[in-house]
Amino acid sequence: MADKRMTPDQVVAQLSDGMTVGIGGWGSRRKPMALVRAILRSDLKDLTVVSYGGPDVGLLARAGKASKLVYAFVSLDSIPLEPNFRHVRENGLVEAVEYDEGMFLTGLRAAAQRLPFLPTRAGLGSDILKVSPHLKTIESPYGDETLVAMPALNLDVALIHANVADERGNAALTGPDQFMDDLFCLAAEKAYVSAERIVPSEELLKAAGCVHTLTVHRYMTHGVVEAPNGAHFTECPPEYGRDEAFQKAYVTAAADPEAWAAFERRFLKVESEAAYQAAVEEFKKETAK
Amino acid sequence: MSTETLTEATRADVCVAAVADCFRGDGEIIGSPMGAVPTIGARLARATFEPDLMLSNGESYFFEGDARLGARPDEFAVVGWIPYRQVLDVLASGRRHVMMGPVQIDAHGNANISAIGDWAKPKRQVLGSRGGPGNTINHTTSYWIPKHSARVLTPKVDMVSCVGYDRAAAVGSAGRFHEVRRVVTNLCVLDFETEAKVMRLRSLHPGVTVEEVVEATGFELVIPAEVPTSRVPSDEELRIVRDVLDPRGMRLREVPA
Repeated sequence: MADKRMTPDQVVAQLSDGMTVGIGGWGSRRKPMALVRAILRSDLKDLTVVSYGGPDVGLLARAGKASKLVYAFVSLDSIPLEPNFRHVRENGLVEAVEYDEGMFLTGLRAAAQRLPFLPTRAGLGSDILKVSPHLKTIESPYGDETLVAMPALNLDVALIHANVADERGNAALTGPDQFMDDLFCLAAEKAYVSAERIVPSEELLKAAGCVHTLTVHRYMTHGVVEAPNGAHFTECPPEYGRDEAFQKAYVTAAADPEAWAAFERRFLKVESEAAYQAAVEEFKKETAK
Repeated sequence: MSTETLTEATRADVCVAAVADCFRGDGEIIGSPMGAVPTIGARLARATFEPDLMLSNGESYFFEGDARLGARPDEFAVVGWIPYRQVLDVLASGRRHVMMGPVQIDAHGNANISAIGDWAKPKRQVLGSRGGPGNTINHTTSYWIPKHSARVLTPKVDMVSCVGYDRAAAVGSAGRFHEVRRVVTNLCVLDFETEAKVMRLRSLHPGVTVEEVVEATGFELVIPAEVPTSRVPSDEELRIVRDVLDPRGMRLREVPA
């Protein structure tokens, strides 16, 4: 029986320059931030990041780790616009591929099913087809209808964050929305799941609360990382909500080069996830005063 | 509260009623309003003349009853689970009416929620196209514009995230589910009930003139010889909005009195 437990840095050691990395969650919700932070500490570069984007996209692009972004939106939810995403787009620092949310889902499904494409109506008539000339349409073989042939969003690696997992790589998504995390895993050659906690397999169902939450299965996953508070500063319900004070500080810092350099020194250019969490604790004490 | 105060509807209240009217006749489908005034308006429609409308809290839960804006799931009757993946599947079935807030919209109802300027290197990056392309090609769409201006109502949008009538007509039979029903702004209500399917002034909010609307619109509107006045919500509607749906007055942040 394989024990797939790893550290965030061991996961990142499996990645290489130029890879296409899918990231689960949605906006500023249940993002595998401990794994994202491990990428930020690494020498990786030229990644293509595929995401229903939040601060994962902003951080990886601003740090120069991602040279290409594939997204339908990038948002912090309670703060609609992601400042680092804006920075890299408005300064032309990244290649961008913008899809509709449903096209994106269709692309993940095609990849998960090992199909070259799947048809969808979404995108027709819009400028998505204009700004992405690689997109092609297809005639229905059954009638008079032209549809978008959404290409498979094949991923080298998927990174997701779960509420609880076992050491073999089964995991539960116990919050109100599971997003597309299982599809990201199926669309990828290899998938890594971080989790708030790892429990013995015998205790997984009890910890998950309900069998319907156990949607990440071990045939999908290649590594599992115990990362308490690992989605910070995004929300990870029911464990914790979004750290709004921290997210606000992130947005404020991103607007100013000097403030951003200070934010990076304090929170991102630190030696480990533990050092990050300690810096966050310190920040909380300061803001509580 | 005296009756006199109650009948004194604010501009925001008129906008809420105009939004509610967008959902009139929709029946048992999903209403998906984005923003405070759209959310209050959709809830008002369900509380009054459109009781079968299905509404979520914006985050996975369908609920019944008249919930105040920002209510938590333990404050209302949860009757369904509607995570994003299911939203994206159901919307292709057409059983949904979305109300979005565009940064630009043109006379045909093409709208932009993605980026201002050249998309390749935008002057101002906003959200990205989100679900706009899929929403507009699959089901009914309305728009909410809290600040009617020529910068928003513009001759040409920089990125067509949301499909208008000319674009939908050009895609053939796959465009058959397209409908842009209304555009509600802080000044007026607009629709596309013209032969050429271009934007028409449907009604003016009380106190607003045609000239004001023309001045604040970057393209030529179809203006009927006589333009009706937008309806003022009834006392009962005002009571529901003020006491039940929006006691904290969030609508006034979008449309100041």
